[in-house]
Amino acid sequence: MGNTSSMLTQYDIEEVQQHCNNAFSQQEIVSLYERFCQLDRNGGGFVSGEEFLSVPEFAVNPLSQRLLRMLDGLNFKEFVAFLSAFSPRATVQQKIEFIFKVYDSDGNGKVTVNDMLDVLHDLTGQFISEQQREQVLTKVLEEAGYNKESLLVMSDFVKILGSSGLKMEVEVPVD
Amino acid sequence: MGGPGFEHEEVYLGADKALRSQLASNEDNTAVHLTSRIHSHGVLSRIPRNRGTGMCICFLSGVVVWYFGWIIFLSCFIPVHFLLKGNDNLRKKMERALVELICSFFVASWTGVVKYHGPRPSMRPKQVFVANHTSMIDFIILEQMTAFAVIMQKHPGWVGLLQSTILESVGCIWFNRSEAKDREIVTRKLREHSQGADNNPLLIFPEGTCVNNQYSVMFKKGAFELGCTVCPIAIKYNKIFVDAFWNSRKQSFTMHLLQLMTSWAVVCDVWYLEPQNLRPGETPIEFAERIRDIISVRAGLKKVPWDGYLKYSRPSPKHRERKQQSFAESVLRGLELEEK
Repeated sequence: MGNTSSMLTQYDIEEVQQHCNNAFSQQEIVSLYERFCQLDRNGGGFVSGEEFLSVPEFAVNPLSQRLLRMLDGLNFKEFVAFLSAFSPRATVQQKIEFIFKVYDSDGNGKVTVNDMLDVLHDLTGQFISEQQREQVLTKVLEEAGYNKESLLVMSDFVKILGSSGLKMEVEVPVD
Repeated sequence: MGGPGFEHEEVYLGADKALRSQLASNEDNTAVHLTSRIHSHGVLSRIPRNRGTGMCICFLSGVVVWYFGWIIFLSCFIPVHFLLKGNDNLRKKMERALVELICSFFVASWTGVVKYHGPRPSMRPKQVFVANHTSMIDFIILEQMTAFAVIMQKHPGWVGLLQSTILESVGCIWFNRSEAKDREIVTRKLREHSQGADNNPLLIFPEGTCVNNQYSVMFKKGAFELGCTVCPIAIKYNKIFVDAFWNSRKQSFTMHLLQLMTSWAVVCDVWYLEPQNLRPGETPIEFAERIRDIISVRAGLKKVPWDGYLKYSRPSPKHRERKQQSFAESVLRGLELEEK
């Protein structure tokens, strides 16, 4: 148990690195591969939703279901590309793009008020009422200069979030 | 006892020096000679290039040692147990020594190379020993040096039989995870045992379950509330030889032992660390964490803030709810400030 049954070749690593736009160093990609293989228990070449949920920190994340939808069935190359938003070398733009994708659950490039209400619901659970959620969202949109009918696109997100310091980083242990 | 064993001395002298110098302080010299002789089997069997043959030789020599050990042990233990019924003190001493002996045989049957560091535990009342847990063999490796009393789960099958007959002689406490009230009963038994001057020192594995020897999980506080000195023991297995982690859901103990017997060696380090006491103003949980720090640093384990049982089940929804709650509270606070 714990043996990497297949080793990545130099060519593989370079391909993955290209695919994620050099977000991770080659050593980091090797470590990520080890981790990917550990998570992929049945050796299917991808990590299923169940296998991700076996990581306790992931399972207790209130956004886990949303993230699972984005993660399910990814092979290793796509997995690394997915994680690139969390690399310390990622730009703020890339991080905001990631957040946008989390909100935009139907993937049509537009985030509606309902999408935002859904995310807020995931984040707060049963601890605030539907009415309070709508109140909060209306206030936030007003302050940003939008209203209930607005459809937000990527550039809107950049405008709103661009100035705040986004701390979204993952530390990849390198032996 | 010394004769035939020393023919092989030249072969293993280099590798074995550390082991023998560690065991030199062991009062029971039979164990030294027997382990030394068996170790030479392990070295000689490394010569065949064919791994299959090597495995067979390892396994067969392991089995031979195993049976040999059992024969010697039972032929001494049974008479001692019954004939010395009147003379309890002597009987206890002999049974202790015999248990240490059979454990040495077990260790030898897997070509165990164990390096002990630190002062050997002394028998004193009001003292408990805690160690990180990787497999049932942890107990055997520690028991070979000092006859500890241990708290364990009763297992079915031949292991259970061993537990009820032989381990009773060193003093063991049984628990049953499935029983609700069990925890109080066990805490009471632990307290009674640790207070008794005559009892063997207690060995507790506060992680409560086997962990893969690279991480340490949260310690259960039971061992740290007994009002005793806690002596930490750190165990680290060398993964190059064999992965000693026992996944009790995937493998029965018998299969696990067989796997160990067919590998080249079980190599590990055991460190007996400085005894610690509860500091004034420290809670048992803080005390447990402090000891976990000490053990993790020594054995090179990464600390994880999770309960050991998460290896079997998902975290309960209340963890997620707690996060949702704290976020909800900060959102509501923001809303209130706006309204003012």
